[in-house]
Amino acid sequence: MQSYIDQLIQDGYFTGVPREVVYAIAMVLVAFIVLSVFVAPLAGVTSWLERRVWARMQSRIGPNRVGPQGILQWLADGIKNLLKEDLIPSAADSKLFSLAPYVVFVGFLCTFVVVPFGSTLIVADLDIGILYVLAVTSLVVVGILMAGWASNNKWSLLGGMRSAAQIVSYEIPAGLSVLTIVFLAGTLSMQGIIKSQGWAPWDWYLFNNPFTFAAFFLYFTAALAEGNRTPFDIPEAESELVAGYVTEYSGMRFLFFFFAEWGNLYVIGAVATTLFLGGWQVPPVTDDAILLGVLQFIVFFLKAYLWVFIAMWVRATLPRVRVDQLMALCWKYMVPLSFLCLLGTICWMLAFPNGNQIFSVAMFVLGLLILAYFLKRVLFQIRHARPELYFKPHI
Amino acid sequence: MNETAPVQSQGFYTEDMTISVGPQHPSTHGVLRFVVRTDGEVISEAIPDVGYLHRSIEKIGEKVTWHGYVPYTDRADYLAAMFANQVFCMAAEKLAGTEVSRRGEFCRVIACELNRIASHLISVGTFGQDIGAMTPFVHALRERETINNLMEEICGARLTYNYIRIGGVGYDILPETCGRISEFLDHFEPIVDEYNRLLSYNKIFIQRLAGVAVVSKEDALSYNLVGPNLRGCGIRWDIRRDIPYSVYPELEFEVPVGTGQVGTLGDSYDRYWVRIRELQESCKIVRQCLKMLPKGPAIAKVPRKFKPPVGECYARVEAPRGDMGFYVVSDGSEYPYRVRIRTGSFTAMSIIDKLSKGIMVADLIALIGSLDVDAPEIDR
Repeated sequence: MQSYIDQLIQDGYFTGVPREVVYAIAMVLVAFIVLSVFVAPLAGVTSWLERRVWARMQSRIGPNRVGPQGILQWLADGIKNLLKEDLIPSAADSKLFSLAPYVVFVGFLCTFVVVPFGSTLIVADLDIGILYVLAVTSLVVVGILMAGWASNNKWSLLGGMRSAAQIVSYEIPAGLSVLTIVFLAGTLSMQGIIKSQGWAPWDWYLFNNPFTFAAFFLYFTAALAEGNRTPFDIPEAESELVAGYVTEYSGMRFLFFFFAEWGNLYVIGAVATTLFLGGWQVPPVTDDAILLGVLQFIVFFLKAYLWVFIAMWVRATLPRVRVDQLMALCWKYMVPLSFLCLLGTICWMLAFPNGNQIFSVAMFVLGLLILAYFLKRVLFQIRHARPELYFKPHI
Repeated sequence: MNETAPVQSQGFYTEDMTISVGPQHPSTHGVLRFVVRTDGEVISEAIPDVGYLHRSIEKIGEKVTWHGYVPYTDRADYLAAMFANQVFCMAAEKLAGTEVSRRGEFCRVIACELNRIASHLISVGTFGQDIGAMTPFVHALRERETINNLMEEICGARLTYNYIRIGGVGYDILPETCGRISEFLDHFEPIVDEYNRLLSYNKIFIQRLAGVAVVSKEDALSYNLVGPNLRGCGIRWDIRRDIPYSVYPELEFEVPVGTGQVGTLGDSYDRYWVRIRELQESCKIVRQCLKMLPKGPAIAKVPRKFKPPVGECYARVEAPRGDMGFYVVSDGSEYPYRVRIRTGSFTAMSIIDKLSKGIMVADLIALIGSLDVDAPEIDR
């Protein structure tokens, strides 16, 4: 990115303008393009997809009126919410109340800076990439706590407190699982982590050793909890806390929270893909750089989106845990287990400094067997649940 | 009561938070309010505040004729309207000594048990939703929709039926409808298993309910819990079996009771599980009734100007929310002199205060859901 702008300056496009100004303008432009072309539609379409997937699982139809199959529903909802009155309760702390949604939003948006969509398609390949992701996602908790406190509503306060406790706790297992991979890759850079894996599944860190395999699931569970998703959606637990920290919000500010939530889902998938699933790595099928870039983007996007889908599936299936059970799960099970994974991986690295290809392939086969068993169970459930009910809800 | 207690001598004070749960709250199942005092998440006191849905159904009874009161009884508990119909008609029949036609009795039982299935489906569905599982709720309502369609076929209404009349039932159940009912039962019985796999055997669901809000046998009796809430404590008491009415003595069915299979006897899961078992038992009862349905008129001859002799009587049935009773006094005129309704939800409300001490906010929601309280039935 920077080299491209340097090239433009060298070619004499911006004569007379200080270099820093050009950089600043370019950064704003890139942020704007990323936001409007990629992130907003992504979060929007994710919200539509979630509603459709959910509806199908619940033998309903879901939104299907705006655009083909209702895919533009998010646009209609966005316009509706923009036109709504921006209500600030008179008892609320109006400054904090107005600011909170943006803090949450910025927290999630900043992560897109380091999401590697392809070998060249990344806004900035920071040296501290994954650390940066962990750092900026922590901003979300500040926003949620602000929203909960500033609303001056007891439900919001309870939601904000629950959220703070939850996100801070679950950052530890998530961070430790990430650290496992950082040790293996020897770098914090997102691109560096992907480049140290291969395109073949047995070259992925997921199948590197049993500990990374466990770390992946620990990471995914902890990330779901960090993203306030079911079964860990206690901060906004509808049936308990009305709407938790968003109780007093309406219109666009309300939407910003959910924008962040749905966008965050994709970030969870993207980070999981980067760390464990080989990122954008594709087999070297073509020399054409553009075609290769497109292929890499598609592969990365689909891998990340698979986890978004699974998060939706989990949400449609599971009930919600209680707040003390949530904490017990984190501190009693997930933190020790992730420490174990970290130590196990270190031992593995000492035992096999150059990795163990045979073991990776065996792990891959084991993974396939687990997947096959899982699919068999799913098919059993679908057969016994009589799918005609789901595809024709109104027989 | 706004207690403040000094934590330390430095001047720190903790204060209990008073939260008003309801009248508009997603989990109070209608307009129902609890004044909850909490210390963080832990509840120290939850006082139920009833009366938001009071519609003077009892007083209205004194101003309308005996026949004309039947549609009002629908509104006492709109999720199980058939039972209020039945119990009022039973009281009126008892006063006047009216003999109910035999086919009418069977039609009543079929309609009532279908209604019980619908009511329990709402109960377990919303209970799942209270715990946070959204899908089972929609699946339960999908099945209830079919029952509503059947009810529409039987009596023309989907929610407030006005089906059971003094002396029998308003409309006969047609043979085609009988076929469709048994078709529905064939379809529905496996759905209960599916529901169990989806929700009842879910680890998180069990963890949320096992050992939560345990009602002991003594408490259940002294707080006058009835219906599935009482049976959840392991007390085998069912009006259908113990004070038989209608044609229930001729039918074979089990009375499921709580066993404390996943936690303590009398916990929220037991109450939930009793309802699931009752779904299956109701299916069995409807099947038997369809098989035994005799020929004959659906309603006995009852004078249009229905004037029972002077007297009073109390009739009770086993409604989905437990023992439902109508106390009716007649002064020999066209109008009841006094009508009093006794419902299960109202007594269940009184135990919430006792059970809610020391549990968490999320458990209170589970408790309300497991008691299956229903706002219209509390306030009438």
